[in-house]
Amino acid sequence: MRIELVKRKEHSGVMALLSPVIAVGLTLIAAALIFTLTGKDPALGLYKFFIEPLTDTWSLQEIVVKATPLVLIACGLAVCYLSNNWNIGAEGQFVFGAICGSFLPILIPDFANGATLPLMLVFGALGGAAWGLIPALLKTRFNTNEILTSLMLVYVAGLLLDYLVRGPWRDPGGYNFPESLIFSDAATLPVIGDGRMSISAPIAVLVVVVLAVVLAKTLKGFEIRVMGESPRAGSFAGFSSKRLTIFAFALAGALAGLAGTMEVSGSLNQLLPTISPGYGFTAIIVAFLGRLNPIGILIAGFVLALSYIGGEAVQASMGVSDKIASVIQGLLLFFVLACDTFILYRLRFVKSRKSAGVPEVSHV
Amino acid sequence: MSMAGEEHRAAASVRSETGTLLDARGLTKRFGDILANDRVDLAINKGEIHALLGENGAGKSTLVKMFYGSLEPDAGTISWQGKPVSINSPAEARALGIGMVFQHFSLFEALSVVENIALALSDARDMKALARRIEEVSTDYGLPLDPNSIVADLPVGIRQRIEIVRCLLQEPQLIIMDEPTSVLTPQEADRLFLTLQRLASEGCAVLYISHRLEEVQRICHHATILRHGQFVSECDPSKETPASLARMMVGTEVVGVSLGAHQATGGTVRLGLSNLSAKASTPFATELRNINLNVRAGEVIAIAGVAGNGQGELFDAISGEMRVDNDMVRFDDVACGHKGVNWRRRKNAAFVPEERLGHGAVPGLKLSENIVLTRHSTRDGLTGAGFVSTTKAGELEQRIKKNYDVRMSHDDPEARSLSGGNLQKFVVGRELDRKPGVLVVNQPTWGVDAGAAALIRQALIDLAREGSAVLVISQDLDEIFEIADRIAVISRGYLSEPEDAYTMTRERIGLLMAGGAEENAGAA
Repeated sequence: MRIELVKRKEHSGVMALLSPVIAVGLTLIAAALIFTLTGKDPALGLYKFFIEPLTDTWSLQEIVVKATPLVLIACGLAVCYLSNNWNIGAEGQFVFGAICGSFLPILIPDFANGATLPLMLVFGALGGAAWGLIPALLKTRFNTNEILTSLMLVYVAGLLLDYLVRGPWRDPGGYNFPESLIFSDAATLPVIGDGRMSISAPIAVLVVVVLAVVLAKTLKGFEIRVMGESPRAGSFAGFSSKRLTIFAFALAGALAGLAGTMEVSGSLNQLLPTISPGYGFTAIIVAFLGRLNPIGILIAGFVLALSYIGGEAVQASMGVSDKIASVIQGLLLFFVLACDTFILYRLRFVKSRKSAGVPEVSHV
Repeated sequence: MSMAGEEHRAAASVRSETGTLLDARGLTKRFGDILANDRVDLAINKGEIHALLGENGAGKSTLVKMFYGSLEPDAGTISWQGKPVSINSPAEARALGIGMVFQHFSLFEALSVVENIALALSDARDMKALARRIEEVSTDYGLPLDPNSIVADLPVGIRQRIEIVRCLLQEPQLIIMDEPTSVLTPQEADRLFLTLQRLASEGCAVLYISHRLEEVQRICHHATILRHGQFVSECDPSKETPASLARMMVGTEVVGVSLGAHQATGGTVRLGLSNLSAKASTPFATELRNINLNVRAGEVIAIAGVAGNGQGELFDAISGEMRVDNDMVRFDDVACGHKGVNWRRRKNAAFVPEERLGHGAVPGLKLSENIVLTRHSTRDGLTGAGFVSTTKAGELEQRIKKNYDVRMSHDDPEARSLSGGNLQKFVVGRELDRKPGVLVVNQPTWGVDAGAAALIRQALIDLAREGSAVLVISQDLDEIFEIADRIAVISRGYLSEPEDAYTMTRERIGLLMAGGAEENAGAA
């Protein structure tokens, strides 16, 4: 018995929708296995991880708070991945954007008026874009591998943030804790509801809608899809792959930077050494689980945000390691990528050559 | 098996009666929905040159891949020297004595000749001894090779020799050759034929895949014809005419192309190339050297040449995918060497590249989206304010499908699901639909069945007769003589001066291909 992958004539629309669902199902099975192996009740574990957070308003709001940066970053990453630019450094663009968005309330705390917040958001987006442009320019100018350069810049940005909050930007009245001063009200995003939810959530939804229209209906969206699939055909269509690389990295960086600034300004209210629980990396999973489609990303963002909250829940109530959330996220990406194979291929079982002694004759 | 086949077999006197070497019965291979081979029978005698004829997509390559062990039959048997065998890998095929020369060479360009050959041999230890053997064998068979030259520096004809010599060193009893002359000049092909005849006289059988009927008639003792994956008939090609062979391959009478009123000179120059030169962009690209050419309204100029002599680079320079000095390319006397491909399209020029999938069309996009690919900025109403009109694209798709007979299983499928011929009709039709003033086509009918090829060729001629300038780059001399008013030859980046198709001969084209184009170049 041998298993073969047979190429389909066209990609399967059914599988394109089904693939993330199957991946989530396989992840649940794997998660149950992990709970069992660590000696916990798998049914209870799955319930605490995936269901309980959906049952009260506090954790629902927390899911929205966590989903917001994931969705924003993943939207930018989708543009990169669709156009064949492998930006792995959204975490760095998120952090550098947060730094750029925070210098105004930290260095000039007296500048507090109606222009403060919009300026912060603009600086945050510009900072993230600038950080994203470094690997883009290195790629277009020197043909470097953007996977490596963008990833390495993540650590540069992280160390820069660490230096700032422990050194020059440390709150003088903060008892030597590595944190900046608390932002003024003028530098804080308006809150929605009674938790940590801010207007960053509707902004993320707006970005999703705009990007969905751009990708599906405009020539720019067409260019992005063509370049990703077939650069040679793209250049025959008159599109420039270098300009698109710069565009995609700048957009992804700007959205990540915006997300970073909104996280700092909306949820945390100050710069800390750890402003991100790995949003920039988790957003890679969100982008793929969402099929690189903005609407899909919106849904996938909630699934991955749930895994953060669920991870905290099982850690608190069942004493499972806090690494469980990362493991489940990793499994999810693994299964999504594996299931995506079946969009363009299907499985076929054939008898192996050696065992097929007498060739069977069958004509259909 | 048809009755006609039996009669021909009885009549074939040239065929050697030395016994059957390979006998395949009922071979069947299915790929998804497509039955690539359906109960095919084929018998090859020892020491014969056996032609395997069929149109593109008839299943020739699939069949020989089963002989060479790279595909496994779904049903059927193969007997080798009377014994049933199952050939599970190319290594097993080689062990039996079956060698193969592929259409697309499998050579490492950065390695030398002897290194490439050593890679294919299981017992190559002593490189010096191997180099000596290569020299002996290659000279002996009239295909001299220098074992120490680097493959990247060698022209295609010589690269093919490496593949053949690699086969010969394994002392095969059957050599399978897949379209061996498609990359050769007529003179190089003649030399190859001598080698094949010598091999046959020594008892080695040759399975010769081709769709060039003259060749098959000239050198083959016997022919098996496939159509749509099925055995059609076998015959002695020397007793047939090209027309009767073509009829067996295609199934119906092939319609000729009507040239219409020939008006070679006098039209205004619509596409002008002057002193077009461009350095090679990669080590394996060809440098364009001082190319001069004027294509006038009303005429078809064809550029002949062996693959890899600068055709792709020339196409890119004219289309604007590769920028050159501004004055080197002119459309309707406007210099545009600095302009991009869409600017040139708005100047009413249109381009059809050689590679359909991945250059001319995006495999995963629908046909309507592939129309947007080349026509988004040609004022066809496909875009407005940055948005793409899917309605308009759908209308154009319907029109092109109808006018150019593009057949598809359901409406507006992804480009990759179309067969080669249908996709070619689509990419050519997409440009012809604009009624371009200048049309540049690279390999207009490569891999296209005879019916579709006739339709495309006729459309190119009709476009020219309506006042456009048509430039065709092709490796198919039959096609060139069928449609061209004037013929030029490209060789190592030089372009010969175009000559009247009515006075041009195949021999002269062969000489120009073999380097004559260089002395002749730049005169215009």
